[in-house]
Amino acid sequence: MLQMWIVKKQMADSIYELIKRTSTTLPGDVLDKIDKASSMENGNERARYTMDIIQENIKLAKIKSLPLCQDTGTLLFYVNHPAGFIQNGFIQLVCEAVEKATEEGILRQNSVDTISGKNTGNNIGRGHPSFHFHEHEKDELEIRLILKGGGCENMSAQYSLPDTGLCAGRDLDGVKKVILDTVINSQGKGCAPGVLGVCIGGDRSNGHAEAKKQLLRRLDDKNVDSDLSYLEQEIVEISNKTGIGPMGLGGETTLLGCKIGSLNRLPASYFVSISYMCWAYRRHGIILDKNHKIKKWIY
Amino acid sequence: MSVINMNAPFTRDKIKKLKVGDIVLISGKIFTGRDGVHKYLHDGNQAPVNLEDQIIYHCGPVVVKNEGTGEYTVTAAGPTTSIREEPYEWELMRDHNIAAVIGKGGMGETTLDACRKYGCVYFHATGGAAQVLSDRIKKVEGVYLMELGSPEAMWVLQVSRFPVVVTMDSHGNSLHVDIRSESEKKLKELLQKQERS
Repeated sequence: MLQMWIVKKQMADSIYELIKRTSTTLPGDVLDKIDKASSMENGNERARYTMDIIQENIKLAKIKSLPLCQDTGTLLFYVNHPAGFIQNGFIQLVCEAVEKATEEGILRQNSVDTISGKNTGNNIGRGHPSFHFHEHEKDELEIRLILKGGGCENMSAQYSLPDTGLCAGRDLDGVKKVILDTVINSQGKGCAPGVLGVCIGGDRSNGHAEAKKQLLRRLDDKNVDSDLSYLEQEIVEISNKTGIGPMGLGGETTLLGCKIGSLNRLPASYFVSISYMCWAYRRHGIILDKNHKIKKWIY
Repeated sequence: MSVINMNAPFTRDKIKKLKVGDIVLISGKIFTGRDGVHKYLHDGNQAPVNLEDQIIYHCGPVVVKNEGTGEYTVTAAGPTTSIREEPYEWELMRDHNIAAVIGKGGMGETTLDACRKYGCVYFHATGGAAQVLSDRIKKVEGVYLMELGSPEAMWVLQVSRFPVVVTMDSHGNSLHVDIRSESEKKLKELLQKQERS
C-alpha cells in the first residue's frame, strides 16, 4: 500500500515538473528558430523591437520560473504507454498536478463552463485537460505536453476543397493556396512568427486532431514524404516574403515552421485542417522510468 | 530608435500628436478589460469606476493572492487578441470617454472610426510577452468585477515604462490595414510569378 502511494506521488511530481517546464520555457529546437528569426530582423525597427522583447521575455520566464505567456492555454497531453496501462488512474494524477500548478500561478485559471460562464478555477472541466492515448510496444511511458493558447487557436482553420474563391483544387497546389490564405488571414493575431501544423485529408475532427499532432514534431526534422517536405519549405519561404512579420507589425519572419501530415479521405471529401501555433510554442515531453521518475526529456 | 515616454492619464492633445509607428513607454494607471468587461458594459451596467481618460488593457492576467496579507501579485500579463472587442470598443470610447486601448493584433474599421471621432489611440503590446510586461507592473491597486472570474475581472495596475507601439492613431491611420493589404498584394504577386515559371 505504501509502495503504491509512493509510486503515485512520484508520477504526480513528474507530471508537475513537465507542466512547469512547459509553461515557463521553450524547447531547444524552437529557441534555435527564434534566434535565427531575431538575426534576420535588422531592417524594420518595429520587428527588431518586437523580437528583442520576445527574447527578453524568454529569458525572464526561465529565470523567474513563471509562465512565458499569461494564456497558459489548453493542456494537450499525448501519452504513449505500454499495454495494461491504467488510463483513468493516470488522468486523476494529472488533474492533481494541474490543480497544484494552477494554485501556484504556473497555469492561469483557464477553464470556463461554456454554458454557465463560470470559471472552474482549477483548469479541470469537461474536455480539460485534453488527453490523447496511444498504446505502444515499448516498456516505458512517454508523456508529451503542448500548452496551446486561445489567440493562436482562434486562427486555426479548415478548408473543404475545391475552394472556388481561392481557386484551390484537390491537389497540393490547392493545399498550398489554402494554407497561405490562413497565413494572410492570421496576420499577427496568432502571435507571429508562428508554426503551422497541417493535416491533408481525414474527416473534420480527425483532420484537426492530426494537424495538432504535427506540432509534436521537432522544427528541425525532415518530412519523410518528399512532396510534403518540399511543400513545408515552400510555405515557410513564401510566408516570410509577405512582410507580415513578428506580431504582424511588418518584417522578415512570419512563420518559424510548417509541418504537414496526411490522413486518408473519403472520395467525396478533401479537407485541409490547419492548426496555428504562436511563437510561444510551449512543448515538452518526458520519458519515465519504472518508478515514474523522469528518465529523459524528449525535446 | 526614438521612444516617447508618456504618463497616464493622457490629455487628448497628447494623443493627437501620436502617429502610427511611434514606440511609447507608458507609466501610470491602466485598467484590464477583456471579453467579460466589454460585454458587461455593453449590456448597460454601470462602470465600477470612472473610466474617463483612462486606458483599457485587453489582458487576462495570472494573479496570485497572498492569503496572509490579502495582497495580489501579477505573475504573467501579456495582451489578449483585441479584435474580439470590436463590437464593443467604440461604445467605451463614446460612452465612457476612455482615451486609449492596449491589446494585440489590432482592431477593425468601427474602432478606427471611433479613434478618429473621439480622439483615442490603439497601442499594440507584444503578444506572449507576459514576463516582460508583468515586470513593468509595479503594483496591483485593486480589482473590480471579480464575479466574472480572475482573468475576466477589471484589475487596476500601476505600470512603469510599459512598452507599446501605436498601430492605430486618432487620424484614421492603421498599420494593420496597411500591412494586410500589402501582404495580400505581395502573396498574389508571388503566386502569379510561380505560375508563370
